[in-house]
Amino acid sequence: MADTITVNGTAHPVPEDPRVSLLDFLRHHIGLTGTKKGCDHGQCGACTVIVNGIRINSCLTLAAMHDGDSVTTIEGIGTPDDPSALQRAFLEHDGFQCGYCTPGQICSATAMLEELAADWPSDASESLEGRIAISGEEIRERMSGNLCRCGAYANIVAAIEEVAAGGRS
Amino acid sequence: MRPFQYTRAPSLTEASNLTAGEDALAIAGGTNLLDLMKLQVETPGQLADINRLGFADIEATDDGGLRLGALATNTDTAVHPRVRSDYPVLSRAILAGATQQLRNKATNGGNLCQRTRCFYFTNIDQPCNKREPGSGCGAIDGIAKLHAILGTSNQCIATYPGDMAVALSALGAAVEISGEKGERSVPVRDFHLLPGDTPWIENVLEAGEIITGIVLPAPVGGTQIYRKVRERSSYAFALVSVAAIIELADGKFSRADLAFGGLAHKPWFDPRIGECLLGQPPSAALFEKAADILLEDARGYGENDFKIPLTRRTLHAVLAQVTGDAA
Ligand SMILES: Cc1cc2nc3c(=O)[nH]c(=O)nc-3n(C[C@H](O)[C@H](O)[C@H](O)COP(=O)(O)OP(=O)(O)OC[C@H]3O[C@@H](n4cnc5c(N)ncnc54)[C@H](O)[C@@H]3O)c2cc1C
Ligand code: SF4
Ligand code: FES
Ligand code: FES
Repeated sequence: MADTITVNGTAHPVPEDPRVSLLDFLRHHIGLTGTKKGCDHGQCGACTVIVNGIRINSCLTLAAMHDGDSVTTIEGIGTPDDPSALQRAFLEHDGFQCGYCTPGQICSATAMLEELAADWPSDASESLEGRIAISGEEIRERMSGNLCRCGAYANIVAAIEEVAAGGRS
Repeated sequence: MRPFQYTRAPSLTEASNLTAGEDALAIAGGTNLLDLMKLQVETPGQLADINRLGFADIEATDDGGLRLGALATNTDTAVHPRVRSDYPVLSRAILAGATQQLRNKATNGGNLCQRTRCFYFTNIDQPCNKREPGSGCGAIDGIAKLHAILGTSNQCIATYPGDMAVALSALGAAVEISGEKGERSVPVRDFHLLPGDTPWIENVLEAGEIITGIVLPAPVGGTQIYRKVRERSSYAFALVSVAAIIELADGKFSRADLAFGGLAHKPWFDPRIGECLLGQPPSAALFEKAADILLEDARGYGENDFKIPLTRRTLHAVLAQVTGDAA
């Protein structure tokens, strides 16, 4: 049993206190404060990170449950010098105002593009089978776990739609 | 969060031993339990992490059905090719719940055992017979918009809030349970309990019992629908939901398996609804009769009175949708 959690490629020891959420572990124990705490109850998505390729809310899971897992946070997705396609699209489309929800939005959307590529259906999908047609409606449904208090939704959806459509061509 | 002992259960037997104590709980996805532990609604002294016990597979059963591991995530289940093609009502019900991030972590076993969203239950400063037996029920004369209209008691009027189990109830699935005394299988329709005088007992699980899987019967076909009525179109619990598996032969109902969410302390299955519809040609009058039967004993508590007409209309709409424009 590994007793480390790998975050953006670096292994860190699992905290001793079992009460530490994965979110607090990232922010307080290893100093990666890009991931944000909005509600701490699974209601806002600000804490979204990617664990073993899958997006989850880091506030509703214990760090102790993730030994051996591989976590990607916003710090692992891109840098100011080398932003990811989604990060660039958020800049171009003004996909934020205060920016508090943005790391969660981008982690969430990064994993969502993989889900689309795998043709996982959503509540908005016409059919449960076959290729998913990318649309604003699909993106809004798939991103409904990420709230934005500033209401930058229109631009967030535009940024994601551009990258999603690009990935399809 | 109160301090607790965390143990990674090394085997199913050990998980049963660990959770047999009064102060112990199993943790799977954690999306419901940790939320409630932060609020100090749940205060286990011992947490047994069952995540690595391995029952996460989704596999065919000998009779053509499908076995969903209790540790398979809600997402694994909803996107599984066989669930999508053979049990679409289940995919639809899961996809209508929570968010992608939550469904990616939530497990099938945890989903069945998720606790009510009653505001008094989740606020430890309020009276609640479910959380603190004998303290009273805040909701009966209080904020009761989400609350039950069927099968309530004078102790508790909470609802079971989940979507997945409503589809499982319509499908006639069974819950596989393992405990110190051995293994047993319980129909989903009998898994959850009404509040009665013991609202803190929500399902048939005994101390130390662990859900290992959910078994779906061989595919039944039909038109399968999950209609969820909620206050916003995503990321909200059901006010009323209907899972329906309907088939017509020669213009008459030849299958009508319906279950309802948001109405009671359990997914609501009333065999009289199917009996009323079977063999009859669809008509608005028939749909009304089915609704009359369903709502015969319905009772509102002020804020949730609207659920009675809403349930009638939702049932009517689902039946009309499946059968064309008979309504
Ligand atoms: C913001 C938010 C919105 C949501 N919206 C919806 C919604 O619209 N529809 C919906 O259906 N759900 C919704 N949910 C609830 C979500 O589906 C549940 O939290 C989830 O399914 C619970 O699964 P889990 O594996 O995380 O359970 P856990 O939190 O790990 O456990 C929940 C309970 O089940 C017990 N348990 C877990 N696994 C087992 C097992 N194998 N055997 C015995 N006992 C077990 C635990 O001891 C605990 O008491 C929402 C949740 C949140 C936070
Ligand atoms: S309805 Fe049930 S859960 Fe809600 S306050 Fe009353 S006893 Fe508690
Ligand atoms: S901080 Fe995790 S969902 Fe809000
Ligand atoms: S940009 Fe401010 S919360 Fe989204």
